[in-house]
Amino acid sequence: LLLLLYTNAYGLYHMIIAFDELKTDYKNPIDQCNTLNPTVEKVKKIKRVKIAIKLVLPEYLIHFFFCVMFFCAAEWLTLSLNLPLLAYHVWRYMSRPVMSGPGLYDPTTIMNADILAFCQKEGWCKLAFYLLSFFYYLYGMIYVLVSS
Amino acid sequence: MSAPGFTNLNSSISYGQNPATPHRNGPAQTYQPMHPPTGCYGAPPQQQSYPTIPAHPAPVPSKAPITNSAHSANYYRSNHHQQQQQQHLSQHHVAPSPYSASPSSAPPSQTYATLPSSAPPPSNAHYSQQPLQQQHHPPYAPPGSYYGPQSYHAPPAQQSQQQPSLVPAPAVGPGAPVYPIVSYPSAPGSSQFGTLSSSQSAAAHGVMPTQMGAPLHQYGTTRPASTAAVQPGYGVAPPSHLAPTVNGQGGTGHQHYDQSQPASLSYDSYGDADHPPSGTPSASVHSSPGHHQGMQYGYAANSGASSASAATSGPAAAPSSSSSEDDDDDDDEEDEEAGGDTSSSSTGSASPVPNSYDNLEGGSYPDSMPPSNHMTNQAAPYGNYGYPGMPPAYHQGPAAVTDSSPSHDPYGQSSYQQYSQPFPNMSQLSAALGGLSGVPELEVAALRPVNLLQERDLLPHRPLEAPEPNLSPDLKKVNCCPQSFRCTLTSIPQTQALLTKARLPLGLLLHPFRDLQLPVITSNTIVRCRSCRTYINPFVTFLDQRRWKCNLCYRVNDVPDEFMYNPVTRSYGEPHKRPEVQNATVEFIASSDYMLRPPQPAAYLFVLDVSHNAVEAGYLKYFCESLMDNLDKLPGDTRTRVGFLTFDNTIHFYNLQEGLSQPQMLVVSDIDDIFIPSHDSLMVNLKESKELVKDLLTSLPGMFSESKETHSALGPALQAAFKLMTPTGGRVTVFQTQLPTIGAGSLQSREDPNQRSSTKGVQHLGPATDFYKKLALDCSGQQIGVDLFLLSSQYTDLASLSCISKYSAGSIFYYPSFHCTQNPTQLEKFQKDLERYLTRKIGFEAVMRIRCTKGLSIHTFHGNFFVRSTDLLSLANVNPDSAFAVQMSIDDSLADSSLACFQAALLYTSSKGKRRIRVHTLCLPVVNQLSDVYAGADVQAITCLLADMAIDRSITSSLSDARDALTNAVVDLMSAYKNNVCNLQQSGLVVAASMRLFPVYILSLLKQKALRTGTSTRLDERVFAMCEFKTQPLQQLMRMVHPDLYRLDDMSDQGALHLNDTVVPQPHLLHLSADRVTRDGAFLLDCGNVFYLWIGKSCDHLFIQDVLGFPDYASIPATMTHIPELETLLSERVRAFLDWLQDKRAFSSTLTVMKDNSSAKASFFQYLVEDRSEGPFSYNEFLQHIQQQMS
Repeated sequence: LLLLLYTNAYGLYHMIIAFDELKTDYKNPIDQCNTLNPTVEKVKKIKRVKIAIKLVLPEYLIHFFFCVMFFCAAEWLTLSLNLPLLAYHVWRYMSRPVMSGPGLYDPTTIMNADILAFCQKEGWCKLAFYLLSFFYYLYGMIYVLVSS
Repeated sequence: MSAPGFTNLNSSISYGQNPATPHRNGPAQTYQPMHPPTGCYGAPPQQQSYPTIPAHPAPVPSKAPITNSAHSANYYRSNHHQQQQQQHLSQHHVAPSPYSASPSSAPPSQTYATLPSSAPPPSNAHYSQQPLQQQHHPPYAPPGSYYGPQSYHAPPAQQSQQQPSLVPAPAVGPGAPVYPIVSYPSAPGSSQFGTLSSSQSAAAHGVMPTQMGAPLHQYGTTRPASTAAVQPGYGVAPPSHLAPTVNGQGGTGHQHYDQSQPASLSYDSYGDADHPPSGTPSASVHSSPGHHQGMQYGYAANSGASSASAATSGPAAAPSSSSSEDDDDDDDEEDEEAGGDTSSSSTGSASPVPNSYDNLEGGSYPDSMPPSNHMTNQAAPYGNYGYPGMPPAYHQGPAAVTDSSPSHDPYGQSSYQQYSQPFPNMSQLSAALGGLSGVPELEVAALRPVNLLQERDLLPHRPLEAPEPNLSPDLKKVNCCPQSFRCTLTSIPQTQALLTKARLPLGLLLHPFRDLQLPVITSNTIVRCRSCRTYINPFVTFLDQRRWKCNLCYRVNDVPDEFMYNPVTRSYGEPHKRPEVQNATVEFIASSDYMLRPPQPAAYLFVLDVSHNAVEAGYLKYFCESLMDNLDKLPGDTRTRVGFLTFDNTIHFYNLQEGLSQPQMLVVSDIDDIFIPSHDSLMVNLKESKELVKDLLTSLPGMFSESKETHSALGPALQAAFKLMTPTGGRVTVFQTQLPTIGAGSLQSREDPNQRSSTKGVQHLGPATDFYKKLALDCSGQQIGVDLFLLSSQYTDLASLSCISKYSAGSIFYYPSFHCTQNPTQLEKFQKDLERYLTRKIGFEAVMRIRCTKGLSIHTFHGNFFVRSTDLLSLANVNPDSAFAVQMSIDDSLADSSLACFQAALLYTSSKGKRRIRVHTLCLPVVNQLSDVYAGADVQAITCLLADMAIDRSITSSLSDARDALTNAVVDLMSAYKNNVCNLQQSGLVVAASMRLFPVYILSLLKQKALRTGTSTRLDERVFAMCEFKTQPLQQLMRMVHPDLYRLDDMSDQGALHLNDTVVPQPHLLHLSADRVTRDGAFLLDCGNVFYLWIGKSCDHLFIQDVLGFPDYASIPATMTHIPELETLLSERVRAFLDWLQDKRAFSSTLTVMKDNSSAKASFFQYLVEDRSEGPFSYNEFLQHIQQQMS
């Protein structure tokens, strides 16, 4: 089971990295705005918003899946570590803008500097969390492997 | 998503390539069959030429363009398939449809030339000419090209051999200084440019000054990867062919002049071939190569004439083609961007960017492109080149450069004569401004502390004017008109910390498309900064005769040759006297660099609700009458297209094809899967089908008078409108009278009438569905703007419906409880608004970019648009009555400059099919003292910006939150002022005189329909008021927020204006308080879109007799909406004053005469915001509340 966890964590890790690279890419155009013509970045950025919409749900689902797995494995400590984020995800998705399809980001407001900054910060925080938990899972797995 | 749009796009892509092609079509030009006569917009030619692009970026060490352009090429093909499929589909649809009365099964959309197979050339002049010219642009192949071989096929050596053969005697020597590499000089840290540029400049001429090295430093290393494609082109020696060629020829300037001459040579041949159709008197047609050799650039014969279309390109060609690699790179960049755009538009239906106009406006480097083919393209449709060529005698050698070195710049004499001195540099400018910071009177007056609790008469006698920025008189004189462009703080704080300390919002209020008479500039090269793409403006600094320094990014740019000549004074060598540099608001006629597709024709589609409810309200008759009257006044040219679409629970199309005896109605009842029954006969040319249109307008009101259908399928109707308009883009005008009930986008009533006056908070301010928003984004992508006229008596969920206009840059009109007989005031207003609406100017396929000085950045936009990127708004339509607001933030300290500049560039297609750019530039001083910030605060602009912010807040958070935020804004300002500026420990509320009206304005904001609580306000009216706040220009908004109250019965001629023959009295403004409204007076309340004339009970009989024409107070009727034209002096004065007020606004206001005891009294007194009649606070109580909050 832990092996499964490990692979999942690895997959998640990669996906999160991709997701956050994309998030952090927001940073560039804003920084670059002052010095040079940013249009290329901007056009790409709009595309990224769309990708982000497609990426958000998988991220949430995988995280939810993890929590279920931890629950099944009776890993209470790990589960309790993950629960706040799960709750946050639920809240975030509940309070998303009115939308007919799935998705979190509204292309008409994403350019608002506040929202952009918030999304960016959120991305970084989650990246840090996932990274830490990845190593924690890794440690847990090795510990189990060695001790058994 | 329909194919024609994409073909257009593709044709625009081919525009992007074309700049690369034309230079070589000299006399030996081969007219390759790649562009068949009709092929200008047809798909196959572009498709053919497309594959050349991947080879294109050969000299550029960047992968992105390759992949992207390849991508878009692929995409292109698939699109083409789509297109064919779509045609299949549509015809397929038509065939089985029982309604296909449409006689035309001809291939759709031949007018706009989207069909690859449509052989006949388009009928109208513009389009038929463009294909012609297109023929002359050979593809890449011909061996004579100076550019093709160099960049793509042949090694550089070959080129250097070819060039001499093309042009026997290259012009050497004096031309050298134009060499553009000069403008990348001396960046201390730049490893890439440093060596090359310095050597180049040294070789080229000795004028390379060093004084402006500092601001340029960002060019070396900090350029991120995105511009990698551009960068090498600027002359990094090793990868490009530039250096080898140059060396091979042994002189720096050679290559470029070689190039420019073939270029101008080709223009001449263009002129020969193309200009006869355009009717331009092309006085100088040089077709012999030897000609060029003799005169520097081959424009001599033209120097005095304004015909110039062929030959003026000579000077333009010289500087711009001088760096051919630039062009390559620019093309690549464009291709890449276009590719990116198309692919992004393929990813989702909500994709906002099918056309990359931002590239055109900001992304491409048009002035560095060889203008030849743009020139010719442009010349044909526009044909009016105002600027003659330059005098041939011009000698641009180093000797001609007037001395401008800072050492002996005579600057110290007078700090005000900046523009009388030829080329002041930045440091001197700042020194001049530094000297100005002590301009005393204005500032002291604005800073005078005002104790609000003691001083009651705060209002000025006349409506408040915008405060003048504290600039030198010269700058003040040229600065942008505050009605178009206004900043909340006319003194920009130096740092974000200072701004936070001041507790004032920093933002811009823009009214960019205001009705104006502007200097229109027709020029081959629109001079722009090469790095930030800022248009040249009055606030740039000319370092010397050849170079100017951008006032936004501080980069040093070249002055093109053409710019040296001043067409106004017909003098040479005075670039700082050009109109661009003399006016802060200018309009350029743009070349085809600024187009992604040929300028669209004006296209108007009217979508009319004909359900039972609509018939009941009876608007249709008045709409048809109004349109009939204004049919000839619709902005447009011979290409103007109109269409009509009506809907109840089905959608009705109208076939107005020329030649029919009467309009045919096509009914589509399948609202779940909307299709267009006939493609080319629904949107018809107004000129050709005018009789049919008139026929339809006459019969339309009667056609549905018996309608019993109560459902409304607005969503499907909008989808149909979208499909109908997709090929061209244009304006969709929707008239809706009830809640859409069936089909996509149907809505439920969300308003609970019992909650109308709740103080707790208002629900449902946001949209219920995102259907309208998505559709609006699709529309915005296809350059369709949707304007909404809502005429309803019940709840219509404007919060949801308004999205269709909000994100497609439309406008919203709302007539609550409209009824043609029961509500005559609304009807009158509707008619007046409609007339203005139909005849006002309109700009299509517009984008607006706002640039600001380095260190400032844009935080949020307010208005109706779609934000495409952090500084770019996509406006499908732009109208002269909508305004925008922008919140700014300060990222970096502005300490290194004394001026902050903002530039708003609006690129649009006029209704006459011309691509134009309107540029507004605002220049403001930067200050580092809090007191200076307060002295320059613009209280009206701040109020408007705060209103916008409050509305955002009330939608995202809650209404009470927004109200609290507004109150806190006042509290914060007061405390900040008290703690930081006003040191004397005064009791009471003290505020700077410039901000003395702030509490009044905020209090009135809190009592507006949009933001009030506790008073019964219908949800739709509230939402509409919010929309108005977002889009109304400042003057209008301020009249709505804080109406102007005048006393009319004791007007005197003192201080009156004398306009023409009429005397316009100027009565004093009064405070909005009931104690100012006396029983014995007559008062005029100007609320922006309505005037109330209040007649007091014991009003002077003379006034009633002379102005209203009634003997006494009692005989005045209860409803009176006009002032009779009486021959008395008082009546004349009153009418003159009313007309004068009316003249200043776009939509005419209605007038209501009110008697003291009439039932309408409440609606008059609700505007007296300083009283307690509405809302919880009177002005005094509000001040006390604030004082409590402060302590």
